[in-house]
Amino acid sequence: MIEYKRILSDICDRLVSLTKGHFEINENTQLVEQLNLDSLKIMELILDVEDHFDISIPVNILREVKTVKDLVKQIEKLSCGEE
Amino acid sequence: MSIFDKFKAMAELRHELNELNMDPFGVQIDRIISPTEGIIHGQHTILAGTNNYLGLTFDPECIAATRKALEQEGTGTTGSRMANGSYSGHRMLERELANFYGKRDGIVFSTGYLANIGMLSALAGPDDRVLLDADCHASIYDGCRLGGAKAIRFRHNNPEDLAKRMRRLGEHAADTLIIVEGLYSMLGDRALLKEIVDVKREFGGYLLVDEAHSLGVLGEHGCGLAEESGLLADVDFIVGTFSKSLGGAGGFCVSDHPELDLIRYTSRPYIFTASPSPATIATTRQALRMVSTGSHLRKRLHENALHLHTGLKKLGYKLCAEPSPVIAVMFDGKMESLQFWNDLLQLGIYVNLMFPPATPNGSFLIRCSVSAAHTPEQIDTICEAFSKLRITA
Repeated sequence: MIEYKRILSDICDRLVSLTKGHFEINENTQLVEQLNLDSLKIMELILDVEDHFDISIPVNILREVKTVKDLVKQIEKLSCGEE
Repeated sequence: MSIFDKFKAMAELRHELNELNMDPFGVQIDRIISPTEGIIHGQHTILAGTNNYLGLTFDPECIAATRKALEQEGTGTTGSRMANGSYSGHRMLERELANFYGKRDGIVFSTGYLANIGMLSALAGPDDRVLLDADCHASIYDGCRLGGAKAIRFRHNNPEDLAKRMRRLGEHAADTLIIVEGLYSMLGDRALLKEIVDVKREFGGYLLVDEAHSLGVLGEHGCGLAEESGLLADVDFIVGTFSKSLGGAGGFCVSDHPELDLIRYTSRPYIFTASPSPATIATTRQALRMVSTGSHLRKRLHENALHLHTGLKKLGYKLCAEPSPVIAVMFDGKMESLQFWNDLLQLGIYVNLMFPPATPNGSFLIRCSVSAAHTPEQIDTICEAFSKLRITA
């Protein structure tokens, strides 16, 4: 299982890079509403995150992901083998 | 909060297009003249965005078969096959499709979209894993969603990325369904099928190939990419549509797995949909016969595709793939591509305009589809229109 804080830090770094540093990002940041990430950008992010943490992220779980925290929690669950 | 709030972004786009007096996603063909010509906005127009790859929509034998079926069997089936019965034509078409592909059996769906939805929602349930190419058609994503499968994407046409993700699945890899398309509808590129089959051989699993845009187009007999690659035996499920090369409407799946027959009793999109009309079945059966003996049509199609591809390349356009009947030209922005699409229509050329999220990598595409029925002169006219717009751009 990967530690929550490490996942959060890595995800925030990736989001800063993806949004070219235009936004301040924290746990409560909304991926679509605040960062204007469209479905394609989110899919790119997921492919990168899968490789970074060596996990598989089914696209269906993304329906429940609104904020950075939601995504981090899903990654935390998947990294310990929960599906 | 209104239930209509979710349409706000679409309403804004519609408003923007109305202000510009352009409607790329609602074009009305006032009168269809032939597989490659129609009247749009009162103007004679060359149709180069119809996916009518073999140009069979006006074929006299297909029309005669349709007319005969209409007169002998009526206009519709008025219900689903499970509840209201199959006509003999439904079953004969399924047998003919199976024979065409050298597979054990086939199943017919009412549209190509439903073929993917119907197969995937039944095959891949909540405990199953699907690895799909990132550029797969919306119907594949929707089928996975309906079935509740764990759908995981791999990078487009990247067998190494697929292998990496299969490896990650560990013991589950052997039961995973891999999905690719023969010819990808947006860019016109082919799946790297041999390499993908190699991954399947290494890890196990099942392979489904959607040949919607490659049926009738690729392979000696027109079966598609799997036939062209000599890999038909390695593909567990072949899905396709009747609405492109076959010039009708409907979809199918063929397979050697005996469990295919159980799809009829487990697939909601099959069970709860009206079956294809006798006329649709009759024209599809006739078109399928023509596809299997239609190497002359495929030859003409590929000559036309090469003709247009070469012409556009010479003009300096940024093309997305090697020559195929789908030729996509990449543009930098929305307004540029929209204006270009409209200018082409003014010049009497109808093509498709594709915007994200329907396109890969957020690209803006002018997508042409070539037909065997296009004359060399029509292809020249299309090239001339692109040339005029290149000069004025």
